[in-house]
Amino acid sequence: MRRPHDFHGGIYPLERKELSNQREIRRAKISRQLVLPISQHIGPPAKVTVSTGDRVLGGQRLTDLSGLPVHAPTSGTITAIEDRPIPHVSGMLGRCIVLDTDGEDTWIDLDPVADYRGADPQKLIDRLFEAGIAGLGGAGFPAARKLPRAGGNGPETLIINGTECEPYITADDLLMREQAHRIVEGIDILAHIAEPKEVLIGIEDNKPEAIAAMKQAVGDRDHWEVVVFPTKYPSGGEKQLIEILTGKQVPSGGLPAHIGILCQNVGTAVAVRDAIVDGRPLVSRVTTVTGESATDRGNFDVLLGTPMRDLLEQADYQPTKPQRLVMGGPMMGFTMPSDECPIVKTTNCLLVPGKGELADPAAAQACIRCGMCAEACPAELLPQQLYWFARSKDLERLEEHHLFDCIECGACSYVCPSRIPLVQYYRASKAAVREHQAETMKAEQARERFEARQERMERLAAEKEAKRAARKRAAMAKAADKTDGEDPIKAAIERAQAKKAAQMAAGASANDDVEKRKKIEARLSKAREKLAADDGSDPTITAALQKAVATTEQKLAELPEPSAADSADSSGADAQRQKIEVRLSKAREKLAADDGSNPTVTAALEKAVATTEAKLDALAGKDEAVS
Amino acid sequence: MSLLVVTSPHAHGNLSTAKVMRTVLLATIPGVAVLTYYFGPGTLINLVLGAAFAVLCESLALWLRGQPLRPFLSDYSALVTSTLLCIALPPYAPWWLLLVGVASSILMAKHLYGGLGYNPFNPAMVGYVVLLISFPLQMSSWAPPRPLADDVPGFMDAFTAVFSASSYDGVTMATPLDLMRQNAGMLLDDLYEQTPQFGSYGGIGWEAANIAFLLGGLWLLYKRVFTWHAPIAMLVAIALCAALFYDEGSSQSGGSPLFHLLSGATMFGAFFIITDPVSSAVSNRGRLIFGALIGVIVYTIRVGGNYPDAVAFAVLVANFAAPFIDNYTQPTAYGTAKGKQQ
Repeated sequence: MRRPHDFHGGIYPLERKELSNQREIRRAKISRQLVLPISQHIGPPAKVTVSTGDRVLGGQRLTDLSGLPVHAPTSGTITAIEDRPIPHVSGMLGRCIVLDTDGEDTWIDLDPVADYRGADPQKLIDRLFEAGIAGLGGAGFPAARKLPRAGGNGPETLIINGTECEPYITADDLLMREQAHRIVEGIDILAHIAEPKEVLIGIEDNKPEAIAAMKQAVGDRDHWEVVVFPTKYPSGGEKQLIEILTGKQVPSGGLPAHIGILCQNVGTAVAVRDAIVDGRPLVSRVTTVTGESATDRGNFDVLLGTPMRDLLEQADYQPTKPQRLVMGGPMMGFTMPSDECPIVKTTNCLLVPGKGELADPAAAQACIRCGMCAEACPAELLPQQLYWFARSKDLERLEEHHLFDCIECGACSYVCPSRIPLVQYYRASKAAVREHQAETMKAEQARERFEARQERMERLAAEKEAKRAARKRAAMAKAADKTDGEDPIKAAIERAQAKKAAQMAAGASANDDVEKRKKIEARLSKAREKLAADDGSDPTITAALQKAVATTEQKLAELPEPSAADSADSSGADAQRQKIEVRLSKAREKLAADDGSNPTVTAALEKAVATTEAKLDALAGKDEAVS
Repeated sequence: MSLLVVTSPHAHGNLSTAKVMRTVLLATIPGVAVLTYYFGPGTLINLVLGAAFAVLCESLALWLRGQPLRPFLSDYSALVTSTLLCIALPPYAPWWLLLVGVASSILMAKHLYGGLGYNPFNPAMVGYVVLLISFPLQMSSWAPPRPLADDVPGFMDAFTAVFSASSYDGVTMATPLDLMRQNAGMLLDDLYEQTPQFGSYGGIGWEAANIAFLLGGLWLLYKRVFTWHAPIAMLVAIALCAALFYDEGSSQSGGSPLFHLLSGATMFGAFFIITDPVSSAVSNRGRLIFGALIGVIVYTIRVGGNYPDAVAFAVLVANFAAPFIDNYTQPTAYGTAKGKQQ
């Protein structure tokens, strides 16, 4: 016999399982209308492949396989594909396929696997995915995704979770009592696929009938064991159950697979069996209806998509005011915005508490750091510290104190004498941290992009520079080659000749200037003649002529004086300076005269002054550099 | 129809701050009874008068801060503060001493820092230290215990003492802790023999009171009001220090471990003062260090210091250190321990 380990913390809330475990599982009536959310699992939803007006049969797939598929639970007609209230923590709407049932419950031809032991494990895994099996324990992770891919490392241990530690819920309890053989058959299939060294079935000691039934069904299978351990919340949490059964802890931020463990719920095992042995996709589940507002409480085998109100009515639901409708148990379940929400793959329980049955929401008092939350925390965190950091939005310290190892079991809130909604603070803080991380990542990416660009530019510049240097070197080498081995005297003569040629060229350029000047002067006189001849009948022509004269005059002024070739440069600069100064003073006058009535005009004038000043400065700088 | 939307968890353990505080108050009963038996009704008068002042101060502070009175008065936290302070004060202390003490505790140490849950220092001990520094004479006037007193004052005498203009001029007597500190040159055996106050271990009256507070504390432990870490660490630290410097009862001895465990405010401090969650370290490992630190300081001040007892100072110093201790004693979260993952 395996000795179960203990885990830190935990609480002992009132179990109240007797409210719903007194009767056998009943088959719920088929509702007139089923509402099937396309997202009932963790992960992206699949695309809908049916359209309004389509007639569908039971077991028919309604989506493609781009996500975990959804199937028609019975025959009928698709009447709408639209957003409806779905059971989600956020209370948001979700895309749903609405199916009006015809009551005939006609099914497609099912395609069972005749002998799964001879089948390829990967084919079986694909089958499970196609059957739309999400974990039925509560989180709804696609079961096939947890199984080892072909060629990958399989788990050492297959853990089957029959703990059901949440108070009130008895769905798994009843399932184990009544369908132990089907569960075991499902586990056989999982074990065939995953090939674990051992199979451990964990059950809390408050379910003696279930334990007996499971032990009997397991029989003398080698390396299988039904492990019974003391009832304590939240021993059914995946991480806690793993520690109880193996003494190992899932590394922070890691998965059970990282320590060679695969965990599946007993309900999931039945779904696996049905998918393989019967070829039946997941279209129904066992759901507990309990709480004092329902008098005919118990467990129901109910079609997915059944509106909660329809199921509640079958348990003789008498709502109080105000009524709370919780999907899940009193510790981790969340309230529904409406009783029209459908039953989904993760709906293990509907809890309708009577007046005073569960604690009424109360105003939070001051935290006195009593530390009872730390004593209760199964993740060994310091909830009260997390609370203070959450209040002060100290994201860094929140992460330092392992906020993300919080499993939101609610044990801390349960024991808190000041009634602080601690879990709510952690949920909000997790969202804040994630948002912050996303932002930081964005900023980081932007920075990397910028740096990469900077680097690329520098590299290009460096390459260019290197090429230039190489060319220069090559040219120099060529020149050196030429001079090498030649007569130094001849070289000297050549140098002298080159010098002379250069002087000649300079002289030519001076001649050029003179030529240019003549040309421009000619042009100018022509332009002046034209201007004089112009009768002024067309103002645009006059303006164009005037402009031509002006530009030609300017060009002429810019040419160096031929007579004073040696001082041409500086005198040219002087002339330029004078011109600019004149322009500047004019611009300044205009600016002074401007009444400021038109801001764009004022701005333009100011800019003109500024640019002119800048030009003048640049000129002065040149002068300084020259002198 | 509209449904109630609330966040999980929906179940609650029905524990409340008021319940915790009431449990602490109840746990002081044995200790108070023993103190009353040995030193007369002085402690009781302290408690009643202190409670009245506490409600007054708390109401005043809440009113000034614009906070509602009812929820905060009904959490009993002010009452716990005044009760702990008044147990620590000498019986027959004048009424104004109580007023100054309670006002310092509640107005200064608690509300100036933001009220319940926000005080970095133990409010009762702040009040005690304010009084000890300001009024050393009144604070060291302990009445003699029953067997040694000519007669223990009755209620009328007690009231006169508390409300007379002058300070209590009844007989006072050095406490065993004073005697031990002032001992020069006597072997411990001789000291015990020659001084009637000593009793068998921690002094007449004192040992009984310590045992009574120990019982109250054990009950609180059983009730899971706090964990064992801080009190046990403090007691072990005191006992270890005392054993280390016992010196076989020579004239230089600091007193036996049993003497220190059963004298002065040791048990009261260990189970009722340093267990104040607000101002102590938060993790269990942190509380071990926190308690041990207090134990060492208590012993040091008792033997080498100049005050009648040392718990108050030790607690305040450790309060200073608590955030620092927290920083280094974060527990190992699930999945972060090495060696648990193979």
